[in-house]
Amino acid sequence: MSERSERTDQLGAGNPSPLWEVFVRARRGLAHTHVGSLHAPDAELALRNARDLYTRRQEGVSIWVVPASGITASSPDEKDAFFDPAADKVYRHPTFYDVPEGVAHL
Amino acid sequence: MYGNDFPGEDAPGGLLGEVEAAEAALRAAAERDRSAAGPGEDLAAYFAEVVDADQKIEPRDWMPEAYRRTLIRQIAQHAHSEIIGMQPEGNWISRAPSLKRKAILLAKVQDEAGHGLYLYAAAETLGISRDELVELLLEGRQKYSSIFNYPTLTWADVGAIGWLVDGAAIVNQVPLCRCSYGPYARAMIRVCKEESFHQRQGFEILHTLAHGTPAQKAMAQDSVDRWWYPSLAMFGPPDGDSTHSAQSMAWKIKRFSNDELRQRFVDMCVGQAEVLGLTIPDPDLRWNDERQSYDYTQPDYDELMRVIKGNGPCNRQRMAHRRRAHTEGAWVREAAAAYAAKQRNKEKVAA
Repeated sequence: MSERSERTDQLGAGNPSPLWEVFVRARRGLAHTHVGSLHAPDAELALRNARDLYTRRQEGVSIWVVPASGITASSPDEKDAFFDPAADKVYRHPTFYDVPEGVAHL
Repeated sequence: MYGNDFPGEDAPGGLLGEVEAAEAALRAAAERDRSAAGPGEDLAAYFAEVVDADQKIEPRDWMPEAYRRTLIRQIAQHAHSEIIGMQPEGNWISRAPSLKRKAILLAKVQDEAGHGLYLYAAAETLGISRDELVELLLEGRQKYSSIFNYPTLTWADVGAIGWLVDGAAIVNQVPLCRCSYGPYARAMIRVCKEESFHQRQGFEILHTLAHGTPAQKAMAQDSVDRWWYPSLAMFGPPDGDSTHSAQSMAWKIKRFSNDELRQRFVDMCVGQAEVLGLTIPDPDLRWNDERQSYDYTQPDYDELMRVIKGNGPCNRQRMAHRRRAHTEGAWVREAAAAYAAKQRNKEKVAA
């Protein structure tokens, strides 16, 4: 009991709620788009808070919440090395072929 | 992304039009980024290039330490202002004069909470946690907007806050939609769209009162008389005394000086006050043909400094209220955390 009241007297005491990233799909057929993040103790509350925070004016019909710790991001430092191969592999682009004149629907 | 949620009823030159333009510019800058070279050896030079090209700095990009600190300070204070700003208006929720007014006011205060959360989230991308920021606020080491230290004495004050305070906030925030830091710019686009509702709502409250009984009109005029100068002071000290301005402008965090924005606000309000049928409490307010702007009396900057330093009419009350909510809510936060931990354990056992 004494431990508890001591902790609650301290400002910002206790474990911080984890951070969640929020993705909203605006309408059927569109992709989920990242709209922001929020803190919540669990997924259920994260979902409810995301509804209140990001879809109060019909901004979406579907919400995903993902713990921020579950996301691995690429680093801008390795941007060149990581993304470059796309540029020198022209065969990945459909601009590589000569189509004879007069061919339709291709 | 949110453009279709809000009808574009504003003229292209209007404030919402400027928000739309900023949103378009943000997308255009992102497109340009595709062909740009990545950072080389010289990170500082790359940072400067991105800012010069009006492109956005993103959380994982290198940035000068002072840029990061300035942004944390500014975004956090902005977030704190949204949260503390719920108090003066919340003061009238239970006493709103009709159910319609009450519902609108509730929705507005909810929006302010949301703005606070968007902004805390934007600040967190700079590597500080929301809990740390809240602690800085509660310990009085970070500030919030001076305006929320003024009391709401009548229902008309809710109107004056919407028209003048939210109006000043929008004039201040629309240029921030073009801020060089991506997460802040994106948050401001969302905030500004909702804030423009609030301004219209406030204007409508005052308009209704100003065209009501003589007592209602007098109440509206009294609230404008009390909120006019504190609203002008929201733009901060005059350019000569503003400590952070020059660097913030160079980094494109700020796009206009305090005095430029204040002038823009005055010019905007004069016409609106005429429509309201209310008087702006400044005997020296007059059109200056040469400058194509209104001349006006500056707010009392000594008073502004007193309020910022903690000695305004409601500083103690606002902070005491915020601290009490935090302390008395501690057991609820603990309960939520304990419940979440219990659910996680159950899942583990089941799996």
